[in-house]
Amino acid sequence: MKNRLYEKAYEAANACVQCGYCLPACPTYASMGKESASPRGRIHLVKMAAEEKIDLLRDLKMPLDLCLGCRACETVCPLNVKYGEILEAAREEIHHRQTAHPAPGDRFMWTMLRHVFPYPERLRWLGNLARFLQWSGLRRMLRASGLIRLLPEKAAWFERALPDMPPLRERLRFGQVYPAKGKRKVRVALFTGCVMDAVMYKINRATVNLLTAIGAEVVVPSGQNCCGALHLHQGLAEEAKKLAQKNIEAFEQCEADWIVNNAGGCGAALKEYDRLLADDPEWSPRARRFAEKTKDISEILLEYGPLPYENGPEMIVTYQDSCHLRNVQRVTRAPRALIEQIPGVRLVEMEGADRCCGSGGIYNLLHFSESMTILDEKMERVQETGAQVVVSGNPGCILQMQIGIERAGASRRMRSVHLVELLAERCGLG
Amino acid sequence: MEMEKRAVWLEELKRIFPGERVLTGLADRHAYSFDASFGEYLPEVVVQPHNKEQIQSLIRLANRHRVPVYPRGSASSLSGGPLPVYGGIVVDMSAYPKRLTIDRENMLAIVTPSVLTAEIHRKAEEVGLFYPPDPSSSNVSTIGGNLMENSSGPKGLKYGTTKDYVIGLEVITPTGEIIRTGGKTVKNVTGYDLTRLLVGSEGTLGIVTEAILRLIPKPKARKTLMAAFPRFEDSGYALTRILSSQILPSAMEVMDQYCIRAVEAYEPSGLPLDAEAILIIEMDGHPQAIEDEAVQCEAICREQGATLVKVAATREEEEQIWKARKLISPAIARLGPTKISEDATVPRSQIPEMMKRLRQIREKYRLNLVVFGHAGDGNLHPNILTDRRNAEEMARVELAIAEIFTTAVELGGTLSGEHGIGLLKKPFMEMELGEHGVAMMKKIKQAWDPNNIMNPGKIFPDEGGSPR
Repeated sequence: MKNRLYEKAYEAANACVQCGYCLPACPTYASMGKESASPRGRIHLVKMAAEEKIDLLRDLKMPLDLCLGCRACETVCPLNVKYGEILEAAREEIHHRQTAHPAPGDRFMWTMLRHVFPYPERLRWLGNLARFLQWSGLRRMLRASGLIRLLPEKAAWFERALPDMPPLRERLRFGQVYPAKGKRKVRVALFTGCVMDAVMYKINRATVNLLTAIGAEVVVPSGQNCCGALHLHQGLAEEAKKLAQKNIEAFEQCEADWIVNNAGGCGAALKEYDRLLADDPEWSPRARRFAEKTKDISEILLEYGPLPYENGPEMIVTYQDSCHLRNVQRVTRAPRALIEQIPGVRLVEMEGADRCCGSGGIYNLLHFSESMTILDEKMERVQETGAQVVVSGNPGCILQMQIGIERAGASRRMRSVHLVELLAERCGLG
Repeated sequence: MEMEKRAVWLEELKRIFPGERVLTGLADRHAYSFDASFGEYLPEVVVQPHNKEQIQSLIRLANRHRVPVYPRGSASSLSGGPLPVYGGIVVDMSAYPKRLTIDRENMLAIVTPSVLTAEIHRKAEEVGLFYPPDPSSSNVSTIGGNLMENSSGPKGLKYGTTKDYVIGLEVITPTGEIIRTGGKTVKNVTGYDLTRLLVGSEGTLGIVTEAILRLIPKPKARKTLMAAFPRFEDSGYALTRILSSQILPSAMEVMDQYCIRAVEAYEPSGLPLDAEAILIIEMDGHPQAIEDEAVQCEAICREQGATLVKVAATREEEEQIWKARKLISPAIARLGPTKISEDATVPRSQIPEMMKRLRQIREKYRLNLVVFGHAGDGNLHPNILTDRRNAEEMARVELAIAEIFTTAVELGGTLSGEHGIGLLKKPFMEMELGEHGVAMMKKIKQAWDPNNIMNPGKIFPDEGGSPR
């Protein structure tokens, strides 16, 4: 009875004693209110599929698809059950079976993941197209004429939430070294991320400005590409491994003290390269070195700071944890400490800041209504803080929170930004 | 025939509940087939009631069609309490609307069954009140499941157990009547005390829809100390001497040498590896009083041969001490993927003897058997770490468990201090209660539930057919 899922995931799933301590931490258990939407339930179902008591596609796929992958359950598990590993293994098996019977939309997603995301130039081209739409007046025309309403509901929300894109020359150049201002304290290599580089390059530019301001020399290694997190979450493990290897190669050459990233989800994937490549004797030690050097931007800014803050207007800010920054990288203090350092800014914690906003990588695209249920509830907590700015540390979360703000009709009094955007703004480096 | 019958009652069920509250998919049914013990039984359907009337209609349906009904909270039971051993309908009460009212003047909490136990702690403490029962699952257990199993956690000796705090209930009986028991007063001798009968009845006598809980003023401060003893017996003497010095700690937790070694191997924190027992003692009350008591406790422990005594001076040190206790679970999990957690309880004076016997059982059956628990009330938690896929070892586990039960009863104790009888301990009921004792309980069950639809297959030894 030893099928592939059994081989890959049974041992890890069997470590769960079903105590249920994960239930209160799970956002989908809270929003859907049933056991198959809980970590304990999902782990049990993986076990049942491995024991061939239920079918991989007919029974297991949906409950796993509806998991955000936020991994909050791992932080409360008294037995340190490796939920992320179990989920990835099962998704890989589901993908393996699915290739024979793709559901509508699968092929499109796979094509994007295989032929667009791994290539920074192709993504940049898409980013350029988005900017053209924003700046050519086409978007204004669409909006003014009401034609925008012809978009499907979810596309319309994403369109509204997309941040303004500055001129393309703001984009970082691969292979470039940005010198430290003043005395050089440290040399860091910047992981640009795929979506960050293509669309949210404003954030990457701000990241470099802050790093150089605190005396860091910043290298932007060429040859880097997407971290592979999306691929892994959709069960495309082989593609994820290839992307990881290319990144490891690209960063090995630049001999930096740290590998810095500004996207919680990507950072988590980078930090788990050692696990991803653990079975490969050639790559495993290289992956471990890479993972050990990986840091979130907030950790570096806090360690090598202080930043050159300027006085600015009084402002209330609330912070939404990026799940993978919190639950996988376990970074919670540094971003908050940086916000608290800003003169004139008051950090007001929202209730449940540690709970997923429903973005979940591309979960909000794939499971729009489930995602919006979680988001709308989250927005109530945000509004209670009276914040003018919602800060987060991951592109998906920033976009999702902006959608939340739009849906709550609060876009005049509130905005969603990346931590580095706020910091750069308050240091006059924006 | 069976299939047709099911189709009929399923159709009726769907008229009682809206579509999304009747779960019939295979994945959903499997997701409700387990609890935190290691049994696994597939229900035919799961329902999530939203009001009393739905439950009432459901119970009447179950009686008409003789379908078993299995109420369930968060399914953190360690005894198989909510397992649908005869299939039928699982009633997911964790999805019931949550209401929690604190009545400050009368010092009461009025709750619906789906409220989590920890939420009652939080809300009571916000207004300076205190709900002492605190099973280790309180962050996840619903109060409904919690009081049906009557689990209480570490504070039993000083504060009593869950049943001492439940003074009123609203219950839907197995024949579908809504009754109220007890009320809002601490004193109440009107008629039989059905409240106490229902608390700990393991879901066999009805479904709770509301509970009235007694609260007490919150102690002002607490103090924690840890002591390590090279000889297990000495930890027992130390406890007895502390109590006879007129000190009543709020918690007295003990862990044996196998726990100590497992924790130290899992995350080294300087626990003495040669110790046979570690005691964690917590006192609460007036700050000056417990300061004084801590000094006395420390002295007593040292006089009784403790090689290491640590009194927490700060919150961090306190957390550090409790961390050793909290790490037991992950630490011992590395000894085997299947964890069987028992809760045989003996009179406090018999703890050293019980520990000795448990060691013998460990050796006799060559098992990973570790012991920790609430020493103050004699409630030990012998845990066996094994692998249920290993049939040969599982056979030895069964024998060992039987011997643990026999020993506990022999020493004047009980099969279960707080996990409940559920499934595994059923065959041992007569050993503790005698034939007539069990028969009397059965008569009560039959009077309440003539068609035996409410959580059948639990508590009582099987006659004839055993669960599939």
